[in-house]
Amino acid sequence: MHNEQFNNRNVSDNGYYLVDIEDYPTDNWGRFKRVIKRTFRGELFVGLWVVLREMIKFDIHTVQYPQEKMPIGPRYRAVHEMKRLWESGTERCIGCGLCEKICISNCIRMDTKIDENSRKEVTEYSINLGRCIFCGYCAEVCPELAIVHGGRYENASDQREHFVLFEDMLTPIDALKAGKQLEFEGFGAITPHEDERVKKTPLSY
Amino acid sequence: MDIAYLIETVIKVVVVLLIFSALAGIGTYFERKVLAFMQRRLGPMYVGPFGLLQVAADGVKLFTKEDIIPSNVVPNIFKIAPVITAATAFMAAAAIPFLPQFTLFGYTVHPIVADINIGILYILGIMGVGLYGPLLGGMASANKFSLLSAARGAAVFISYEVVTGLSILAPIMMVGSLSLIDFNAYQAGGIGDWIIWSQPVAFILFWIAAFAETGRTPFHLIANDHEIIDGFGTEYSGMRWGLFFIGEYANMFFISFIIPLLFLGGYGDGSLLGALGLLAKMSFFFFFFLWTRAAWPDVRPDQLMWLCWKVLMPIAVINIVITGLVMMF
Ligand code: SF4
Ligand code: SF4
Repeated sequence: MHNEQFNNRNVSDNGYYLVDIEDYPTDNWGRFKRVIKRTFRGELFVGLWVVLREMIKFDIHTVQYPQEKMPIGPRYRAVHEMKRLWESGTERCIGCGLCEKICISNCIRMDTKIDENSRKEVTEYSINLGRCIFCGYCAEVCPELAIVHGGRYENASDQREHFVLFEDMLTPIDALKAGKQLEFEGFGAITPHEDERVKKTPLSY
Repeated sequence: MDIAYLIETVIKVVVVLLIFSALAGIGTYFERKVLAFMQRRLGPMYVGPFGLLQVAADGVKLFTKEDIIPSNVVPNIFKIAPVITAATAFMAAAAIPFLPQFTLFGYTVHPIVADINIGILYILGIMGVGLYGPLLGGMASANKFSLLSAARGAAVFISYEVVTGLSILAPIMMVGSLSLIDFNAYQAGGIGDWIIWSQPVAFILFWIAAFAETGRTPFHLIANDHEIIDGFGTEYSGMRWGLFFIGEYANMFFISFIIPLLFLGGYGDGSLLGALGLLAKMSFFFFFFLWTRAAWPDVRPDQLMWLCWKVLMPIAVINIVITGLVMMF
C-alpha cells in the first residue's frame, strides 16, 4: 500500500471521467421517445436477474455473531491481559507502579509488599473498566511488557463500575505451558525483527 | 338449502380461514428468507430449525402485546379499521376456486366457498372495500403521517381499481361470464387455450395493478419507508397491527391465485396434475411479489399516478376496443 495516490490531489489525471449523461428532452416528443426507450430497454429485468443470481449463488456473508466471531486485529485495545515470562512461568509484573501512575483516568489501583526473598510482589491489582478509556498508555509505559491489551471486547456490564483483577488478567499457567500466550503487537511492544536493528553501544565515548 | 350444504359451507369457510391465516404467517417467513438470500444474508435462524418457528414467536409476541389505544384517536373507528382489512381480504376468498373439485370418502367437494356467477366482480368489489382499512385507520389515528399515508394509499387504490377493472374487461368479454369456474373451463383445453396468449396486454396490466392493489413494492406507497415510520400503521400495536399484516399477506396469496385462474389456465382439466399446476403458478406469483421487493425501488406517488392515468388506462381502453372489434368481425 502506497500513499502517493492519496497525496496526489490533482484529480484530473487519476482516471476520473465525467459520466456520459444525455441531455434532458425539452419538447414533448422527446419526452415521449424517452419513455418508450426506457420502457423497452428491460432494465427492470436486469435488477431481477441480479438478485436472483445472488440467491442462486448462495454466497452468504452473515456472521452468526455469538457463535462465530470476526478475527480482530492484534493491535486492538480491549480488556487488559497480564503476561507471564516464557522461561520460568512467573508473572512479568515487577510491581513498579508505572501503569498506575500514568493512567490518565486513574482506574488502576495496586498494592505491593516485599516478599520473603526481598522481591517486590504485587498483592492487589485491579482495573476499573468502567473508567478505563482503553488509551493504551499503561501497556506502553510498562517496562516489562507485562500489562498489555487483549482481544476480549465483550465487556458489557450491569453496572458502571466493574473490575478486572490481576488473577483474571494473568495468562493461565497451562495456557502458557501449551505455548498459547500471544505477544501483544500494539504500541509499546517490541517491533518485529528487533534483534537485527539493535546496535552495540559504542564504547569509545 | 339443506343442512348438509350449510355444514359443508361452514367447514369450508373455517378451513379457508385457518389455512390462509397460517399461510399469511408462513408468508412472512418466506419473505424474510427470500429477501435475506437475495441480499446475501441468512434471515431468521435462531428460533427452531432454520428459524421456522420464528412465525410462532412473532405470533406469541403480537397476541400478548398490550393493545394500546392512543388518547387522541377516534376509538371506535381506530379499533375497527384493522378488522376491515383482514375481513375483506378473507371475504374476497369466498369466490376463488382454490383447487379442482375432488372426491373425499365418496362425497364430492368443491373447494370454493360460493360459486356465485359474478365472482370476479365480487372479488374486485370486496378488495376495493379493503381500502377502508388503511384509510380509516390513518384518518382515525390523530397522526399526520398516518393521515398522509392513508391519503396516498387511497389515491393509489382508487386509481388502480380503474386499471384492474378495465384490464379484466377484455377477458370477460371473451369468456362471457364473471365466474372464475367458467374462466377455468374456458381455458381447460391446455396451454394453447390460455387467455394470456390472446390477451397479453390485459395480463401485464392486471399484474401491474395487482402490485398496487396489494400495496407491494414498487408501489409500496401506503406505508412509506422513506418516512421511516409505518404509514397508517404507526399508531397500532399488538394484534391490531397484526391484523393489517395478515390482511396484506392474505391479499397477496389471493391475488396470486386469481392471476393464474384468470390468465394462465387455472387448474386446467381438474386432474391432480392441474391442481398441482395451479399451486405452482400461485407460488411463482407469490415469489414474484418477494422478488420485486428485493430488486426494485419504489416509485414516487406522482409517477405512480402518471403511470396509471396516462399510460395504463389508455392502453387498457385501447385493448378493450380492439378486443371488441376482433370479436365483432
Ligand atoms: S488503557 Fe489507559 S485508561 Fe485504561 S488502564 Fe491503561 S492507562 Fe488507564
Ligand atoms: S507498569 Fe508493568 S511492571 Fe510496572 S506495575 Fe504496571 S504492569 Fe507491573
